[in-house]
Amino acid sequence: MDAVIENLPLYLQGFGMTLLLLVVSGIAALVIGTLIAAMRISPVASLRGFATVYTELVRNTPLTLVLFFCAFVLPQLGSRLDYATAAIIGLSVYTSPFVAEALRSGVNGVPVGQAEAARSVGFGFSQTVSLIVLPQAFRMTIPPLINVFIALTKNTSVAGGFFVVELFAVGRTLANANGDAVIAILLGVATFYLLITVPLGLLAARLERRWVVQR
Amino acid sequence: MTGSSVLFDAPGPKARRNSLIASVVGGLAIAGGLLWVALTLAAPRGDLPGYFDPSRWDIFADPTVWRYIFVAGVWGTLRAALTAAVLALILGVVFSLLRSAQRAWIRIPTAVVLEFIRGMPVLLMMLFILLVLSTGSFWAVVAALALYNGVLIGEALRAGLAALPRGQREAGLSLGMRSMQSKMLIEFPQAFRQMLPIIIAQLVVLLKDTSLGYIVGYVELLRVNMNQLASFYGNYYLFSFFVVTLVLYLAMNLSLSWFARWVARRTERRTGMKPPSPEDEDQAMLRAKAIAESQQTPQGGAL
Repeated sequence: MDAVIENLPLYLQGFGMTLLLLVVSGIAALVIGTLIAAMRISPVASLRGFATVYTELVRNTPLTLVLFFCAFVLPQLGSRLDYATAAIIGLSVYTSPFVAEALRSGVNGVPVGQAEAARSVGFGFSQTVSLIVLPQAFRMTIPPLINVFIALTKNTSVAGGFFVVELFAVGRTLANANGDAVIAILLGVATFYLLITVPLGLLAARLERRWVVQR
Repeated sequence: MTGSSVLFDAPGPKARRNSLIASVVGGLAIAGGLLWVALTLAAPRGDLPGYFDPSRWDIFADPTVWRYIFVAGVWGTLRAALTAAVLALILGVVFSLLRSAQRAWIRIPTAVVLEFIRGMPVLLMMLFILLVLSTGSFWAVVAALALYNGVLIGEALRAGLAALPRGQREAGLSLGMRSMQSKMLIEFPQAFRQMLPIIIAQLVVLLKDTSLGYIVGYVELLRVNMNQLASFYGNYYLFSFFVVTLVLYLAMNLSLSWFARWVARRTERRTGMKPPSPEDEDQAMLRAKAIAESQQTPQGGAL
């Protein structure tokens, strides 16, 4: 326990890096994922095909391999990015297809009958979309999206294996330096992760229950 | 699906032509992007030839390289994945039993422990097992993957059990089975079959996650190719080894993903019930959880 308290500044530094990775790559993944989802439901065949292939390939590539590419292969190709930036790019790309699928399943989850009913009572396109389809799609999208961000939080730990000094890397260094307090140190690291993942998980479960559309 | 056909009037000749034009323009833009990447890779690097130069790929003509990749790398990955998959399935059954136990003093602590495991990075668990239990890297990778995926599979099974009609259990009990017998002989086989697509999708995640072993020093595909072979043959071949590694991982994961979808379609045809889509493990889990919870409330209704 002493080892944890003594090294609290290091923990906080690592936690800050983890939060930075989470927030920046979360926003970037949201942007890329929205683009991919839009391509995937667009009437334009070539964009749809591209989005499908992108989703399949990225989703089936291990994150470790993506971050390996960012840390070791990109410099070979002539990139001058520092490791944290490279890791953010890798995490964003890796997370984007999961975001896209969450958005797409939300929009697709609204039954056709809802839109048909809206049209049959004389709603125009913008009314149908803004009053009927989007509010329902939104409700069905937010909980899975939160789950994607929980997964991203846990995935930031992989960046610790590739020269980014975040929580996992701090934990590993401290554990190697204090052989007698390994359990306390690693439990300390776990606590910091749980500080992010547990509240998000509770929020997702709560929204899911409250927003569930009864059919 | 909320198709655009419902939101708009049927597209006329003009809209169809616009859509075709957009498709061609979009296709050209994508092709242009890919061409740019290919040309950048093919361009010479200083004094060295580009990445498509045959001299960067000549080592792959040597069968010893491939033998090493498959015997050490692919087998290392598959061995860890298979062991962890079997253990995860067993743990999944155990966890779902404990979590749906009648006695609160079993159910509640189990729930807390399982939430703890779910909220923690798998990599941290691997490090913990490696350092605290000194199991060696193989068992650190296998145990962490088995625990983490066991929790998620257990959750799926629990949802599957909850979604069964109540009569299944009552029929078992009325035949004189004990509660456990009814669970094992009647309920689990059905729940397992219903949730099979989700479980296989989870095994794809498990297979992908074996590459975390690279960070804790387990010898698997990524380490063999990118660490041992690439440093033996030098940086000159780093990119080539990366491409080969990527292709091998994609081949393994995509075939398992396709298998999951095939099983899902077959389950749907046979039972006439749409199983939760294996599209994405997190969403599938969330849906499974929602089913389990809606079943526990009395007004949940039959599914």
